[in-house]
Amino acid sequence: MPVPSLEDFMARAYAMELEANERYAQFAEQLDTHNNREVAQMFRKLAAVEALHAKRILEEMGWPSMPALPPAYAWETLEAPETAAFDELHYLMQPMHALEIALKCEQQAQKYFEDIAAGDVPPAVKQAALEMADEEREHVQLIRDWMKRVPQPRPNWDEDPDPPRVTE
Amino acid sequence: MGQRVNAPGAPMLAPKDFKSDYKPVWCPGCGDYSVLSAITKALAMLALKPENVAVVSGIGCSSRIPAYTTCYGFHGVHGRALPVATGLKAARPDLTVLVASGDGDGYSIGGNHFLHACRRNLDLTYIVMDNHVYGMTKGQPSPTTEPDWSSKLAPGGTGLREFHPLVIALASGANFIARAYSGDPNGCAALIAEAVRHPGFSFVEVLSPCVTFRPEQREWKTMVHPAPVAATDDPGRAARRLMTDDGFNVGVLYKGKRPAYARANGGNQTVEALACQFRA
Ligand SMILES: Cc1ncc(C[n+]2csc(CCOP(=O)(O)OP(=O)(O)O)c2C)c(N)n1
Ligand code: SF4
Repeated sequence: MPVPSLEDFMARAYAMELEANERYAQFAEQLDTHNNREVAQMFRKLAAVEALHAKRILEEMGWPSMPALPPAYAWETLEAPETAAFDELHYLMQPMHALEIALKCEQQAQKYFEDIAAGDVPPAVKQAALEMADEEREHVQLIRDWMKRVPQPRPNWDEDPDPPRVTE
Repeated sequence: MGQRVNAPGAPMLAPKDFKSDYKPVWCPGCGDYSVLSAITKALAMLALKPENVAVVSGIGCSSRIPAYTTCYGFHGVHGRALPVATGLKAARPDLTVLVASGDGDGYSIGGNHFLHACRRNLDLTYIVMDNHVYGMTKGQPSPTTEPDWSSKLAPGGTGLREFHPLVIALASGANFIARAYSGDPNGCAALIAEAVRHPGFSFVEVLSPCVTFRPEQREWKTMVHPAPVAATDDPGRAARRLMTDDGFNVGVLYKGKRPAYARANGGNQTVEALACQFRA
């Protein structure tokens, strides 16, 4: 993937954090609507973390607002590497499921930055990509630690005594 | 094209400016959330204003979309989104009119309107969220349901051949045909924007999973792929491509050159002048 300059790289990193933030915020809203407050709250926390990361990139680069982004962000995947797939939710999902989603996203982000650092890119981009990959590695560990504090989903967690599939 | 675009220098709106305060009640994970995002992104990309856009729908989970936007909206009768939109566009050609449907709304009860909307070729953008099922009424097979999809409501499957909306659209005269996937909201937004820009009747079929009644559609993300060849303006070539299409080619598949419907005599006659034509 061509990443010609540090600005281009940081613009991608910013777009990535922003999209991750937006998706978690959407997830929180969706679960609020379905009265799954506990998981909604977790997604809200995850959204706040991603918003912080995005803000830090702006500060680091001295950008007053969102930079001009590469066209369609040129992701190699359907969405940005840190964006949770829109269809991974279930209205009865448990906190552990939210963390499993977050873990996958952080791991994908780490790999994305590692791949850029390993590619044929200018030294400034390589350095920044390595730093970002390190950060994502820390996040992976933070999520893993968080998982230890959350109960395992109870068996048959998705069983609903009043299911939507009515077959009268 | 007859589409209104903001005056040069007018402040650009962001996608969130096209989202209303109503919180969608779709099931968490439903593909329609992403279609809503794609529509709002497309409207922002096109530098439109909510007051210059109307979103018309029928009935179904997918047809809830107008309420979730800040544009003018009309949540109509099941299957009748296209006639309402046709009337609106004929009366107000300056408005950008988007029409939202599901595969039940658009291809079953609304199937006949679909043919004639393609034939009339008004400058409309028709977005069908296809999940191969009636979501709102709890999982009945629709015209695009696979014949062997077995469920409690259709044990063993219907055994009926699927409807092929893209081929039908082409044969009926649609001027722009695309397939999008809701799991790629940026790509879907770009296709919707291109459909709005293209004159005439633009049809965007969006694969939009119903995670509740068709959870296996989560696999679609591994099945979709970009269309291998660029859009053609040759209907014969498009027909051959669409007939052999695997159902997961995403992109613009046909871009025709038919001029959009224009009202006879410019459409600005007085009622009296019109009445005269009916007097012997
Ligand atoms: C005249 C009429 N007939 C039947 C219905 C019941 N009905 C409501 S929505 C729907 C099907 C919706 O399916 P689809 O268009 O695929 O939308 P989805 O809910 O899957 O998004 C039906 C049959 C109705 N509302 N009005
Ligand atoms: S029933 Fe299906 S189509 Fe309707 S909101 Fe739920 S997931 Fe979406």
